[in-house]
Amino acid sequence: MNKLIELKNLTKNFEDQQVLRGIDLNVYENEFLTLLGPSGCGKTTTLRIIAGFEEADSGQVLFDGKDISALPPYKRPVNTVFQKYALFPHMNVFDNIAFGLNIRKADKQEIRRKVEAMLALVGLEGFGSRDVTLLSGGQQQRVAIARALVNEPKVLLLDEPLGALDARIRKQMQMELKKIQREVGITFIYVTHDQEEALSMSDTVVVMNEGMIQQIGSPTDIYNEPENRFVASFIGESNIVEATMIEDYLVGFDGCRFECVDRGFGEMEPVEVVLRPEDLDIVDPENARIRGTVRQVTFKGVHYEILVETDIRTYMIHTTDYTEIGKHVGLDFGPEDIHVMWPMGSY
Amino acid sequence: MKHFKKLVRPYLIWSFVLIVVPLFLIVLYAFTVDGNAVLTLNFTLDNLKKVLEPTYANVFVKSLALGAVTTGICLLIGYPLAYMIARFKESTQNLLIMLVTIPMWINLLLRTYAWMNLLADNGIINRLLMKLGLSPVTMMYTDFSVVLGLVCNFLPFMVIPIHTSLSKMDRSLIEAAYDLGANKVQAFRQITLKLSMPGVINGIVMVFLMAISTFVIPKLLGGGQYVLIGNLIESQFISVGDWNFGSAISFILAVIILIAMRVMKRFDKGDE
Repeated sequence: MNKLIELKNLTKNFEDQQVLRGIDLNVYENEFLTLLGPSGCGKTTTLRIIAGFEEADSGQVLFDGKDISALPPYKRPVNTVFQKYALFPHMNVFDNIAFGLNIRKADKQEIRRKVEAMLALVGLEGFGSRDVTLLSGGQQQRVAIARALVNEPKVLLLDEPLGALDARIRKQMQMELKKIQREVGITFIYVTHDQEEALSMSDTVVVMNEGMIQQIGSPTDIYNEPENRFVASFIGESNIVEATMIEDYLVGFDGCRFECVDRGFGEMEPVEVVLRPEDLDIVDPENARIRGTVRQVTFKGVHYEILVETDIRTYMIHTTDYTEIGKHVGLDFGPEDIHVMWPMGSY
Repeated sequence: MKHFKKLVRPYLIWSFVLIVVPLFLIVLYAFTVDGNAVLTLNFTLDNLKKVLEPTYANVFVKSLALGAVTTGICLLIGYPLAYMIARFKESTQNLLIMLVTIPMWINLLLRTYAWMNLLADNGIINRLLMKLGLSPVTMMYTDFSVVLGLVCNFLPFMVIPIHTSLSKMDRSLIEAAYDLGANKVQAFRQITLKLSMPGVINGIVMVFLMAISTFVIPKLLGGGQYVLIGNLIESQFISVGDWNFGSAISFILAVIILIAMRVMKRFDKGDE
């Protein structure tokens, strides 16, 4: 795949607050890339720098190898879907979508054809003459996507586009966005704080915190092999345990030694281990090396969330089997369920 | 809540006495002669016909023209001013809007006398010109002095509604326009200007109405021979004593104002 956008060591300060502390990122053609992080992590600022609404204090934005840092937004080959849609309230659906084409003085017939095609793509056939202010949130969202895509950008930037929608429409729009991205075959850069949204839609997830990139990887990599405590706790739920890497493929914690699949951390190095709640099994204490007492059982719909207190810590387990409170149980997991990472602050 | 409703009654009564009754009397006077004796009403259209006589018709034309010029200048100065104010952060905006309105805290007469001192033949500006070795300019009792006075007095009424509609506008709409390929001029013309039209219309209506019905400013800055509708009405009531003719002029002015507001409303809607 070809590199389309390259961010080189971007930094940005707002007044005395450091928002970006050196962002390096490559975005490839036809990629669905998500910038994921809590609010204030710098993900929206990164997107606005790519769009041209903000200027980085230092660093470069390369597009197809050319530096576009100095180009104004209207000269950049990208289009944006805004958080609150930013539809023009004095224009109907058709004129909103046709705005970019009208600015470029495209042929009237061509405009009509392209706008109709876009309306079909986002499932709003026949909505052209409607007043945008009277549409539902989901419909406004579709108009905003159509308005951006009709200009045939090489990259579509989406700033938390589903944030204002309710849960059901959100789910539906997630699938549709993914579908639209495959159909038009262009790069999407998507900003969200919702980890589930990021995991289910993206080809690549970029986890950010406090103006720095924490990890770049596929959704499964990010989930299964978090690089540090922040990523592990931000994406899904996890038990994070301080441990010692005794040697390759052998890690020690809670007074026991466990086989694992990780290597290359050195010998007797302090590390942290991530155990996902759904990877832990509740077994007979006779057959387990970690034992504890069930302290809390919460029904979560699909599964039970069970807290088991051992002598050292409390583990969270997700299981479909009910266990009563107060029962003495053992915890079991396989070598591939142990994810070793460097402790926070040592890398 | 219900018993509070009764509190509104004194105001209703006062509004009736102070607004509805006088309006009714103006209409009644406009269509009668010697209408001072209420019991013997002689209906006539002579008062209205008299307004069409060239002397008076010219006053109307002059007033409307002056109102249009004043409104145009207020718009040309007021829009950029409101636009610049709306670009500051909110606390600064409030301060700047206050600065725009500060002249209105001073009595209209005092402000106008101040202009007279500035513009007079041996006033401050001319004395300054002479000190600089330039010949003095006659500014008082001309169209210039009257329009200047009107513009300075009514500018805030143009700036405030435009500023309100500009500051309500979502900043991301402009960003969206840039994003879709519009340069600064295109974004301004197609988004900012269009969305601020309600404020512009309000400003135009307010300034125009006040400018065509004012009488203190033209009287002081334009001199005795400078007669506008407002002065005409004033003189009919105060010095001539022809209340019927004065009422007829007021009546026609009111009709013109109503028509002007209708036209502007239509224009506003047509634009959306």
